[in-house]
Amino acid sequence: MNTMASTGLQHEEPLLFEYQHTDADSISLPGVDDALPVSLQAHCRQQAAGIPGLAEPESVRHFVRLSQWNHGIESGFYPLGSCTMKYNPRVNEQLVRLPGLAHVHPDQPDDTVQGLLALLHGLQQALGEIVGLPHVTLQPAAGAHGELTGMMLIRAALDARGESHRRTVLIPDSAHGTNPASASLCGMRCVELKSGSDGRLDLDALDAALDGDVAALMLTNPNTAGVFERNIADICARVHAAGGFVYGDGANLNALIGKARPGDMGIDCLHINVHKTFSTPHGGGGPGGGPVAVNDALAPFLPVPRIIREGETYRLQHTDGQSIGHVLGSIGQVGVLLRAWAYILAFGREKLHLIAEDAVLNANYVLARLQDAYDVPFPGLCKHECLLTDHRQEKQGIKTLDIAKRLIDMGFHPMTVYFPLIVHGAMLIEPTETESKATLDAFCDAMLEIAAACEAGDTAALHEAPVLPFRQRLDETTAARKPVLTWPQTEQA
Amino acid sequence: MTIPANLKYTKDHEWVRIDGEEAEFGVTDHAQEAIGDVVFVELPEVGQRVTAGESFAVIESSKAASDVYAPVSGEIIAINEALEDAPQLINEDPYGKGWIARIREVGDEHQELMDAETYGVFLQE
Repeated sequence: MNTMASTGLQHEEPLLFEYQHTDADSISLPGVDDALPVSLQAHCRQQAAGIPGLAEPESVRHFVRLSQWNHGIESGFYPLGSCTMKYNPRVNEQLVRLPGLAHVHPDQPDDTVQGLLALLHGLQQALGEIVGLPHVTLQPAAGAHGELTGMMLIRAALDARGESHRRTVLIPDSAHGTNPASASLCGMRCVELKSGSDGRLDLDALDAALDGDVAALMLTNPNTAGVFERNIADICARVHAAGGFVYGDGANLNALIGKARPGDMGIDCLHINVHKTFSTPHGGGGPGGGPVAVNDALAPFLPVPRIIREGETYRLQHTDGQSIGHVLGSIGQVGVLLRAWAYILAFGREKLHLIAEDAVLNANYVLARLQDAYDVPFPGLCKHECLLTDHRQEKQGIKTLDIAKRLIDMGFHPMTVYFPLIVHGAMLIEPTETESKATLDAFCDAMLEIAAACEAGDTAALHEAPVLPFRQRLDETTAARKPVLTWPQTEQA
Repeated sequence: MTIPANLKYTKDHEWVRIDGEEAEFGVTDHAQEAIGDVVFVELPEVGQRVTAGESFAVIESSKAASDVYAPVSGEIIAINEALEDAPQLINEDPYGKGWIARIREVGDEHQELMDAETYGVFLQE
């Protein structure tokens, strides 16, 4: 491997293990003066650890170069549907690094962290008001953890009213994969509901599945096809009449903020992906935050500790008879929660609705510009994201994957592909509220150029794409069939 | 897109080959095309009873994991162990080397399944 390859000042970079030498040490450990205590001898390593030896500047360059290969919302447009990749304001990063917030310990006495507790309590109240479900726990560490927490709350409420036989959870076939995973982890049996031809929940399919064993319906609104479940009030009424709860997946809350409240629709319990809806850098997989908001029926079962306000002071309540207990080792992912509170306060109660309005406007602008060039499976206005398919391009032998890869050559992160599963060749585009018209136009121009090339039969570049990045089209099939997950340490003694 | 005339088909794109007291299952050419490159198949166990319409295997591709539903009821007497090392057989030969399971004590649900001509029309729709 040539470690010096570069294009301009963009550097090719080998794996750490591929560096030629292994004897340089960036850290010199002093060694052990005397014989090891007997109690530690059993833990002595028998073979070398196989850690590559790099000098400190080499290590630093390795990771900085890899970071330069990365694409994030700060380097370009990132319209990954269902992921809400909005801009993360710099002021929020400054805020969470304030020593009084960044340097506190999770186990500090309540009276030494009054400021932090006041902020978190404020966020808790605001989230409850935004979603119309007044009782909130900030503990869950991300969305799927929130789903699991919500399922545990529903299960506890059913047990408390002597209905432990209710263990079926109904989940539409358009749902995020985390929904059945969370319900199963909570000991529930999942039943899939087929979507109707308009991409929405089919009321007849719901009625047919609503029996005496149903614990809950798990629903995302707007759903993953980017359309609003316009029968939501009727849906919730039917589930309630059958004795079940309605769990709302808040992944798509960005479409609703300040405009409509899940609690008002009849939803009993909802998680909020605060890292998405209220901005935290989350492309790298975390940390996130998944507060759960519930109505009065589920409130007694919320996790402890709870943040309680008494006059002008705040305290943590550590026990409560019906609580499901702890779901995290602390009161929540504080840094993510503080960024969310800052994002909410930057808009304020009067302007918060602009988030949803601009997010929905941007998605519909993209849809309007692309709908004559790409197949739209569910025509009409969309919410915060628009769904297209490769149906028209397929006739020229071009699939969604080719379109996505070509976008990389044209300077854009691809949209979400092949999800939701209810349409063939899905392309799900979520621009969010933080993109300008100029950026949306540049992306749409690229998409239209791709469609025009397909129409003209000029498809070679699409099949080969991407050709510009250091790594071209990766063989995902072989990677999945024959994964190599460890570096072969054949040269080790 | 091939649809062999001697098989029966489900709306979920499985095929069944009735062979006297036994039957063989797999997924159709259309299904393997839609699923994409198969990377893993979760097979049922021999001796397991399957019920028509219920999931008995899972096919994973780089796009998604898809349930495979039993076209008819019965007891599994053989599974295609070759799929463990060569899941691509489902893409390469869906009606032959890509078979998934064989059953006995075949239920009479196969009377209600589609023949090749009807399945072809179903795909057009």
